[in-house]
Amino acid sequence: MTAKSNNVFINAFFIVVCVLIVAPFILVISISLSSEDSLYEYGYQFIPKVWSGEAYRIVFEKPDTILRGYGVTVMITIIGTILSLLLTALMAYPISRRDFRYNRPLTFYVFFTMLFNGGLIPFYILMTQYLHLKNSLAALIIPALMSPFNIMIMKGFLDKISPEIIESAKIDGAREYRIFFRIILPLSTPALATLGLFIAFGYWNEWYNALLFIDNDKYIPLQLLLVRILSQAEFLANSPMAQVSDKLQFAQFPTLSVRMAMAIVASGPMLIVFPFFQKYFVKGITVGSLKG
Amino acid sequence: MAKTEPVKLSAADSPVPGKTKAKTGGWIRNELRLFRKNQELVVLALPGILFKFVIAYLPMIGLILAFKNFRYDQGIFGSEWVGFRNFEFLFKAQDAFRIIRNTLLYNFAYIITGTIAALILALLLNELSGRLMKIYQTVMFLPFFLSMVLVGYIGNAFLDFENGFANKVLAFFGLPTHNWYLETAPWIYILPLIALWKGVGFSTLVYYAGMTGISTEYYEAAKLDGATRIQMMTRITLPLLKPLVIILFILGLGNIFRGDFGLHYFIPNNVGPNFPTTDIIDTYVYRALTKLGDINSAAAVGFLQSVVGLVTVVSANYIVRRIDRDNALF
Repeated sequence: MTAKSNNVFINAFFIVVCVLIVAPFILVISISLSSEDSLYEYGYQFIPKVWSGEAYRIVFEKPDTILRGYGVTVMITIIGTILSLLLTALMAYPISRRDFRYNRPLTFYVFFTMLFNGGLIPFYILMTQYLHLKNSLAALIIPALMSPFNIMIMKGFLDKISPEIIESAKIDGAREYRIFFRIILPLSTPALATLGLFIAFGYWNEWYNALLFIDNDKYIPLQLLLVRILSQAEFLANSPMAQVSDKLQFAQFPTLSVRMAMAIVASGPMLIVFPFFQKYFVKGITVGSLKG
Repeated sequence: MAKTEPVKLSAADSPVPGKTKAKTGGWIRNELRLFRKNQELVVLALPGILFKFVIAYLPMIGLILAFKNFRYDQGIFGSEWVGFRNFEFLFKAQDAFRIIRNTLLYNFAYIITGTIAALILALLLNELSGRLMKIYQTVMFLPFFLSMVLVGYIGNAFLDFENGFANKVLAFFGLPTHNWYLETAPWIYILPLIALWKGVGFSTLVYYAGMTGISTEYYEAAKLDGATRIQMMTRITLPLLKPLVIILFILGLGNIFRGDFGLHYFIPNNVGPNFPTTDIIDTYVYRALTKLGDINSAAAVGFLQSVVGLVTVVSANYIVRRIDRDNALF
């Protein structure tokens, strides 16, 4: 690489860009740390007019709902990531083997689903009327188990494993199952870690299937919990149909700051974890983007 | 692929398939022999094959709903055929024109703004090195990993009628405030802005990765000839990056019928009055499904989205192949 200019103006430009990108986060954090009265008086500010930890106290005082949300989210993240990694690797390995006779039809079989799908309505009917998965953890885990994009990334990694290793294992009399579980999987630990992070973030942020399939309180993941809080608040604030009594009851509660505190508590862990894993994401995206 | 699969499944079940059919022809025997050789790898892929079949291929059958009058009690196959009746609303109702127009125009806006911004940022990022550059990259990448739900919260912090920051700023300068969620005009700027904020870090990274792949020899040679950094950017980096830019652009166009449901559902917060400028095919279909809307019309639009989506992606890929075979998806 040639020497970089490291121009002062370019640095200044990026600092401005970064400030613009970070600002919305600051606003949300600031709201969650403001006292309710000051929010009503001055509106949302980037620096709290009157600091207060009240919102967080309220969130943690009755932690049942949010704890249950955490439970569901952690559960689908762990189960989903493990199952998804296994399925993805099992599919990517035969596709990556150039001596596999059905490698092209199988590749087409997988990637065609990226180009064409039945759309939401048939999928919804399949999940609810035929598989009977409404209101179950499986409804949150199953739809995202095998993304063609992840298979593509995994295949990219597996392509780099030299065929000689597989050949020599075969000569020693190892069967394909043994080669896969004893040689391929251990060799691709770095790939599995990177991909596992991608998948885990996906499950942590999962709201789409929850929105479609969950209405039982027992299975509400964090993101759906946030959806409900926001839409309820908006309904009460904007809709002429909302009852006056509802509005009054709602107003007694320090809702504005609590709402934002909930959002922070729900997504905080991921934002803290993110910078540490960012370089793996960058690696994964670079590999994925260079081919396809 | 549908043809080969049953063969694989049945043959995998019987341990000695070749012997009984020895006389049915040479190529069948040969095919079975080859299958046995590959059998173990097929078994490894089998869970995924079955999974994809149920989750991705079975719903394709459901596309016939576009030509049926669906009733839950009669199921997909029991419901009555109605020909093209479900499609009639496309030419009658305002909804149809509106959601298709919105889907296309917004996606087009996202592609244009996203490509230009990411290119500029990647070019400038390429001028930097070291720790600061890494920090910029991380920060710009951050919103990409937020769920749209959380982005909805952030949007609310700015756009809330009474307390939102946007109205506070307008009021500070003595300008009239807006009830953003109940208006239509502002959304054509707000949505692309948020899409840019969320996605620009990712696209920048993709272009930046493309730039780091350019051989340093070009730059060294240019330097010897006394080229300025601006000249290197416009004469070396951009031309060499052109195939990648064109490819991503065309692939984006190929996906132009597929809307960003999260963005259009959580940011405008599903409030009726702003539908004229925020409703897209995906949100329309979702509402039809969950809020007891017209499921038959939604099935018709969904059918159109799937089929036209396939046509646009395949044509886009065809064009990419003409430009640069290596970068085509298939």
